[in-house]
Amino acid sequence: MTRITVSVDGVSCTDEVEPRMLLVHYLRETVGKVGTVIGCDTSNCGACTVHLDGRSVKSCNMLAVQADGHEVTTIEGLAKDGRLHPMQVAFHENHALQCGYCTPGMIMQAIDLVGQNPSPTEDEIRHGMEGNLCRCTGYHNIVKAVAAAAGAMSSERSDS
Amino acid sequence: MIPTSFDYVAPTSVDEALSVLAEAGDDAKVLAGGQSLLPILRMRLNAPEKVVDLGRIEALRGVRDGGDHIAIGAMTPYCDIVDDALVREHALLLAKAVETVADPQIRHRGTVGGALVHADPAGDVGAPVLALEATLVVVGPGGERTVAASEFFQDLFETSVGDGELLTEIRIPKHTGWGASYEKFVRVSHQWSIVAVAATVRLDGGSIAEARIGLTNMGSTPLRATAVEQALVGKGASDLAEACSAAAEGTNPPSDLNGDADYRRHLAGVLARRAVQKAMEG
Amino acid sequence: MTAVDDRPALEVGKDRRRKEDARLITGRTRWTDNMVLPGMLHLAMVRSPFAHANIQNIDTAAAQGAPGVVGVFTGKDLADTQGVNINAWPITADQKTPTHLPVCIERVACAGEIVAVVVARSAAQARDAAELVDVDYEELPAVLDMKEAMKDEVLAHPDLGTNKSAFWRLDSAEQGSGGDVEEAIAKARESGIVIEREYRQQRLVPAFMEPRSTVVDPTGDQMVVWSATQVPHILRFAIAATMGIQESKIRVVAPDVGGGFGGKLQTTPEEFATIAVARKLGKPCKYTETRSESMVSAHHGRDQWQKLTLSAEKDGTVTGLKVELLADLGAYVAIVGGGVPVLGAWMFNAIYKFPAYQFNCQTVLTNKTWVDAYRGAGRPEATYGIERLMDELAAEVGVDPIAIREKNWITKDEFPFTTVAGMTYDSGNYEAATEKALELFGYDELRAEQKRRREAGDPVQLGLGVSTFTEMCGLAPSRVLGSLSYGAGGWESASIRMLATGTVEVVSGATPHGQGHETAWSQIVADRLGIPFENVEVLHGDTQTSPKGLDTYGSRSLVVGGEAIVRAADKVIEKARPIAAHMLEASVDDIEFNAGQFTVRGTDKGVGITDIALATFAAHDLPDGVEPSIDADATFDPVNFSFPHGTHLCAMEVDTETGATTMRKYVCVDDIGTIINPLIVEGQMHGGLVQGIAQALWEGAEYDEQGTLVSGSFVDYTLPTAADTISYVSEHTTSPSTTNTLGTKGVGEAGTIASTPAVVNAIVDAVRHLGINDIQMPCTPERVWKAIQSAGGTQDAAPVADAQPHFDEGTPNQDPAAGTTDGAAQ
Repeated sequence: MTRITVSVDGVSCTDEVEPRMLLVHYLRETVGKVGTVIGCDTSNCGACTVHLDGRSVKSCNMLAVQADGHEVTTIEGLAKDGRLHPMQVAFHENHALQCGYCTPGMIMQAIDLVGQNPSPTEDEIRHGMEGNLCRCTGYHNIVKAVAAAAGAMSSERSDS
Repeated sequence: MIPTSFDYVAPTSVDEALSVLAEAGDDAKVLAGGQSLLPILRMRLNAPEKVVDLGRIEALRGVRDGGDHIAIGAMTPYCDIVDDALVREHALLLAKAVETVADPQIRHRGTVGGALVHADPAGDVGAPVLALEATLVVVGPGGERTVAASEFFQDLFETSVGDGELLTEIRIPKHTGWGASYEKFVRVSHQWSIVAVAATVRLDGGSIAEARIGLTNMGSTPLRATAVEQALVGKGASDLAEACSAAAEGTNPPSDLNGDADYRRHLAGVLARRAVQKAMEG
Repeated sequence: MTAVDDRPALEVGKDRRRKEDARLITGRTRWTDNMVLPGMLHLAMVRSPFAHANIQNIDTAAAQGAPGVVGVFTGKDLADTQGVNINAWPITADQKTPTHLPVCIERVACAGEIVAVVVARSAAQARDAAELVDVDYEELPAVLDMKEAMKDEVLAHPDLGTNKSAFWRLDSAEQGSGGDVEEAIAKARESGIVIEREYRQQRLVPAFMEPRSTVVDPTGDQMVVWSATQVPHILRFAIAATMGIQESKIRVVAPDVGGGFGGKLQTTPEEFATIAVARKLGKPCKYTETRSESMVSAHHGRDQWQKLTLSAEKDGTVTGLKVELLADLGAYVAIVGGGVPVLGAWMFNAIYKFPAYQFNCQTVLTNKTWVDAYRGAGRPEATYGIERLMDELAAEVGVDPIAIREKNWITKDEFPFTTVAGMTYDSGNYEAATEKALELFGYDELRAEQKRRREAGDPVQLGLGVSTFTEMCGLAPSRVLGSLSYGAGGWESASIRMLATGTVEVVSGATPHGQGHETAWSQIVADRLGIPFENVEVLHGDTQTSPKGLDTYGSRSLVVGGEAIVRAADKVIEKARPIAAHMLEASVDDIEFNAGQFTVRGTDKGVGITDIALATFAAHDLPDGVEPSIDADATFDPVNFSFPHGTHLCAMEVDTETGATTMRKYVCVDDIGTIINPLIVEGQMHGGLVQGIAQALWEGAEYDEQGTLVSGSFVDYTLPTAADTISYVSEHTTSPSTTNTLGTKGVGEAGTIASTPAVVNAIVDAVRHLGINDIQMPCTPERVWKAIQSAGGTQDAAPVADAQPHFDEGTPNQDPAAGTTDGAAQ
């Protein structure tokens, strides 16, 4: 067992873990962040996407011990004071989810994308989301939602 | 989905890593970015006794100007390469290839050194490194040695990095002002390359003064199409087809669900022409 | 219905944002794998790597002794308690139906079958110990190709003596719904056109995003089962029917379920194994599959060869269609596996007026993963066949594919129309949908561009694909199902509970897994009862709260389940009416109900339905003989299917140098009857389209010669991403269904059914001038390129003459690329 300290959604967590434990299993089973889900075993689907020190990573493709000393943000850490993140709002408003299983990963990746590129084109959104599979939406409304959120986030920035 | 049990160690210096590796012998596996290793461990295709994580060795990260070359730390993640000013100025081909690797999340974690040592022939880093005539710095118990990219790749998933050794740096001679393109052919965007062609050219007037062509997934290692490179010298943009048609000569590509060897050979020719054409545009 | 000015704006038709989203976008969702119970144990499955083998011996000793292991169970250990996987639809009385045990005892019939179950304190320990279970297999010859299977040389199940499961026929002359197809074909051979083709419907993996998971909590002789299933009610029935547990002791819950597409309408070996082990140990147990396990062990879809003969007059008027299907069931006859291809019987004639028709379906067993419903189930296969043929007929006659369809389709004045298959279409307007689609698409401009590119010899050619489809939705009238020997009915159930504080609980037997029932049902009830949308709560997916239901598949939830809700709501109103009359001191005959208010005709006196709910709660002053409740239940059994239709148009660019295809534009205009929520409908269309497009371009479950699934992970089973797809134009025309109150038709499968032939028609259209008339799905760049190479790239290299006697047995397709792939890999 190895002792790790990881900040998860702003809370410092110190736990003893097996070195082989994947970050996603640590989040789900040890910390209880079941909002982050597992969709595949080949790191193709992106359902487990979280932010590590502010950048998107697939949490099935990291060991929990690699996150020692780092900050992890999950879908459960996005809403602040009961106020949803603009990306969450945009997914809801644009009907960018159906079964919702891919949604946490989609939202986390979309936030990273817009963080890097505040006004992406449709093509840039599509390529920026290529690490996340969805079987329900055909991506059409996901692309719309990311564009809408990018707009909302940039006007939020210019307002403040 | 759950790897077998292993011990984990995360050294903070190359020397420490080398001594850990020396001690562990055959049973250790080096963890770089982990984007290929983790799936292998999860599927239990490999069951190491010890995993040596290089992620905490700061010295292995970053790009620096080495005078006639740029030096890229083996643990530099893809996403840092893509946007690096030195890379874009002196080794544009590498940036173009790296931006096609997998997907953004993978590029945040995956490292250029990890990919080179993993040596998957369908990986996108080998061909540009080969085409750019890079030198690879390998350290081991006996000290440091350098290996030419042309000597580095030995076979499927096999490089000249021996047990107990580490790849620490990739030195790429400056190809300042060379145009570059990486033409990657896939059926869906997150796929490994079915075939890809890495091309970088230096122009003199409107025609090619020098060309370097690397091929991805056309054999058990990345390949260099030197015959095409020579045939391209002096050619203009409208005059590339014949020179590029020989791109697959001497290759031994695989056959799989995405295409048989003949189809891959054909693709290599078409993609080579397109890659050179785009490289000539910038 | 009379128009009333002060009515609140209607909910039906409004693009309400979904109620479901709040938990899904915040990670507060209730997936089965999220469930943790005190003392819960974890299962890992030991699965056969062989396609066909006898189990000689299983040594579990090492696994038993591994850390954390609580038990290791083989099929023998569970023989008396594990139940059996059921086939609910034997398509013929003499159907060969191999016994399908959850955990194999003597023999495995496909790779991925479970041979032992390891139970441990943690999932990691269970996995570790599973590696220690030592199984001796005696490999048996495996039959993997369905045409090979027809020869009965190698048997998938030696004890059955044959691989042929069942043969089913519909003949229009025999059943009196049309003429004799052989006569029509013979006549066309003399003086008309005969189009003969053999098309391949490749095997697909449903690939729902949430891997399947089951948690079982046995408490004494009672038991709760949480499962990622589309069919909690059917699962409960199957457990009771096969495991020796009283139905009343079993509670099945489908919490949030992450997609299904038919892939979760099965009752699975994994569910039965988990239940059997949990009961044996008396402890809560969880099993969650990995994606790799899911790919090989959850049922697959499609997998047919379609031999088609279409006869027509020289002007393109179709005179007959003969269909000969060969359908691979895989190793077992799944819950409705045999019936899925049979659903095509009523769909191959599609929207057309064919005078003669015959449908033949032979189902066969092989040593591959079992096959069952995948989005569309039988109807996409049929639609693909006929819509590809109509394009071929157009090419033969030398007219536009739209013109050939207009010549043969049922016109808008001919509804209701009884088809040559004997199905009565209640409503439709193919002209309107097609006209709108052509306009949105810019059909004529794209045809002009296609001509320019052909003339210029552009390396990138353009092709336009047409698909005018219909489908039968709303599974299904119970009498029809009974006549087909289906093992259950097709009704759906609903309850409405009027709570004292003014809110309403709607209990539905239809169990969603992403469709948005909570939102759509709320809209229906809000209108029907005049209750605010926000005050309606929809409950589902738990046999304790929604005890009656037949679940969600076959685009049935709205058409059947929605109607049940309407009827329950109407019963609530009728139960409230005498109480309203009593409260308003008026005669029942004078009471009117509108927008949530009961009023006395000709006065301004009124009482709200929620006030009546409160009055019945108190029950202080109710009329004599009236029970203190206005809650109501309804069970609706439809009298007919519904028939959505639409016109889909697709433009594909084909890079003739590489064979790569790129979608340029996609327009669909669908008539799905009344739309409850346009936002949800658009979402269903987009998602359906991409699944159908993916069959045309990307997906295929491929096996090697040993019977190993080669495309067994998301690395090799190439699902499209956002970067591989485009934005779609999706519009509607509306001719309401006449078979339900709301006029709805169903939308869940429409996009998938229509889009596959539209895409392939477009690709073939792009290269037809090179002498190509088919490319096998998925139309990979390699296949497209090889077709172009084989055709020689010239007009005179047309590989096939059409009006020839029937093709030779074993000559697959007219696809020049088909010969290059291994038969076993088909």
